[in-house]
Amino acid sequence: MSDSRQRILDRLRANRPTDVPTPMVYAKALGWDRERCIAAFSERMQAVRGEVHRMQRDAWVGWLSQQLPERGLHRVLVGNGRIGDALAAVAAQPLQVRRYDRPIESWKPELFGDIDVAVTGARAGLAESGSLVLWPDAEEPRLMSLVPPVHVALLDADRLYENFAALIVAEHWGDGMPTNALLISGPSKTADIEQTLAYGIHGPKELVTLLLE
Amino acid sequence: MNQTEAFHRRIDAALHNDQLRRNFRSALTGIMARRAEQFPDDAQLQALRDQARAVRANALVRQPELLERLERQLTANGIQVHWAEGPDEANAIIHEILARADATSVVKGKSMVSEETGLNHYLEQRGIDVIESDLGEYIIQLAEEPPSHIVAPAIHKNRREVAELFHRFHPEIPYTDDIDQLTQTARAILRDRFATADAGISGVNFAVAETGTLCLVENEGNGRLSTTAPRVHIAITGVEKVIEKLSDVPPLLEILTKSATGQPITTYFNMISKPRQPGELDGPEAVHLVLLDNGRSRIRVDAELLDTLRCIRCGACINHCPVYVQLGGHAYGTVYPGPIGIALEPQRIGIDKVGTLTSACTLCGACGEVCPVRIPLPTLINRLRAEAVDGLRAGATVRGHGSLRKPREARLWGLWAALYGDPTRYRLFIWLASRLRWLTPPWLGAWTRYRSAPRPAARTLRELARDEGFRDE
Repeated sequence: MSDSRQRILDRLRANRPTDVPTPMVYAKALGWDRERCIAAFSERMQAVRGEVHRMQRDAWVGWLSQQLPERGLHRVLVGNGRIGDALAAVAAQPLQVRRYDRPIESWKPELFGDIDVAVTGARAGLAESGSLVLWPDAEEPRLMSLVPPVHVALLDADRLYENFAALIVAEHWGDGMPTNALLISGPSKTADIEQTLAYGIHGPKELVTLLLE
Repeated sequence: MNQTEAFHRRIDAALHNDQLRRNFRSALTGIMARRAEQFPDDAQLQALRDQARAVRANALVRQPELLERLERQLTANGIQVHWAEGPDEANAIIHEILARADATSVVKGKSMVSEETGLNHYLEQRGIDVIESDLGEYIIQLAEEPPSHIVAPAIHKNRREVAELFHRFHPEIPYTDDIDQLTQTARAILRDRFATADAGISGVNFAVAETGTLCLVENEGNGRLSTTAPRVHIAITGVEKVIEKLSDVPPLLEILTKSATGQPITTYFNMISKPRQPGELDGPEAVHLVLLDNGRSRIRVDAELLDTLRCIRCGACINHCPVYVQLGGHAYGTVYPGPIGIALEPQRIGIDKVGTLTSACTLCGACGEVCPVRIPLPTLINRLRAEAVDGLRAGATVRGHGSLRKPREARLWGLWAALYGDPTRYRLFIWLASRLRWLTPPWLGAWTRYRSAPRPAARTLRELARDEGFRDE
């Protein structure tokens, strides 16, 4: 096995192509202000059937406790941080709040079968592509934004960047990455049959962004 | 049957399949239009292509150092790195990882590199249950067919063909050819598999050396599920997929999704850098990366051919190819079809095996114009045609070069070169051809299979021009 490694590397080293200049860091500064970023984010997200709702910073709990029952989303998965605490504190029938507080192995069938919606935070948003940026962690694990049929994400409008290039530079992502980092741009979709767009294949069928200002 | 006869037989079958050609025509017309919509400003597109090209070219120059850095960084992050010279070694490595982990059921995300190694077949023969989870890959797995396109593997099937497949394998589900319902059916069938699989296998779009990060681009979420839900994740990729820095990712990602499917971005961009860490509640306990060479490192021998390896597998060249749209992907008989297949496969596998592919090109140049990393595909294809018949003056480097050389053809071209290279001889020849045009044979090989033989005009263009008063010079 290590022989293969050596042979491959030896062959690669034996033929060193002519040097090329190191590529410049791709910077696509758009000069967008906050309103422009919010408008672009919302427009792009809605173009791929993502919902975006702008609201006051503290209005999301009330919004969810009204909207989720109305949409028939009763079994709510939350993480172990302040979002989960806030929602658990106000949740009343028919909402049942389930915390993601155990390793997945001990409750996989329940996660895949018995959850209607997950509510998570978002680390940032990208205006140009209409993307949520998530760094799942112990507080809000990876499968939360993936397995339940509906994903609600809370995004602080102050955390909107113009695009991915700007975010990477501003936050020095090159210095080290977490276990998993995600860009999520809309609900799950496919065009594998006749190149026709169909939503809700394997990931969430609906993606709702609550944009907090 | 030699490779040329076999290829012609597949071409014949494809051209006589009207349904297949309709399916490709309608699918590709839509994809080309959607791509064009993503690039309204040509100057911006060209600048982005320059950037993407620079990133990939830089990565190829520094490839050995970057691979070592990638390995160091991944290892430090807790991801195990394996190296494989060829398909057998890669398959054996993956099987051993699965066996050690007592993993008997595997859910797979899309990976063309695993098509190169025939991984599914290898694992199934060893009693491992493998299911493809990308919708297109799932469809062709049911049909027991290889992908016909590197991005849209089931592009050759229409909704009724998919509906019949689903109905055959899942008679308990009511028949439908509604695409939304078919999609929901696939969701229901595969959901259980994600929940129960022991291991997930995926490809990699970019491997970032700087941070030790595996990047996956997808829309469905099956890639995320395959790499998150099972307890083991094995990624397999070609050694050329390494890039230097994280800041190299945004331009590549942007031009990849826009070129491939005409989307500004895909639904998911999944960046994996570590297995599950202490305290984390999900994600695989073990993550492996298998780096496959399979003929790639040999391509570096030649500066011109090296450009082939810049490819980011967007499929734009395929979508815009006037030959591919008529034939579909299966006629090529190789893992990678279309222009990139014609350029890559003879180098990877040998001209003596698949060199005939180079004839499936009109040199129209469309592929070269849309390539996001500016691979000069028409130039490469022309170069391989020359290598195939040892028509280069010097410096043939591709395995099996010269194997398609035919003495009679070589003599004819030699004669033509002698005539065309000398004005006096050429004029005499043209004059003779017009005066002796009744001697033109009615049968001219493949040309006259579907066409009548061309007959030279009664008088040469030169003579006609002189009559019109043009000076001869």
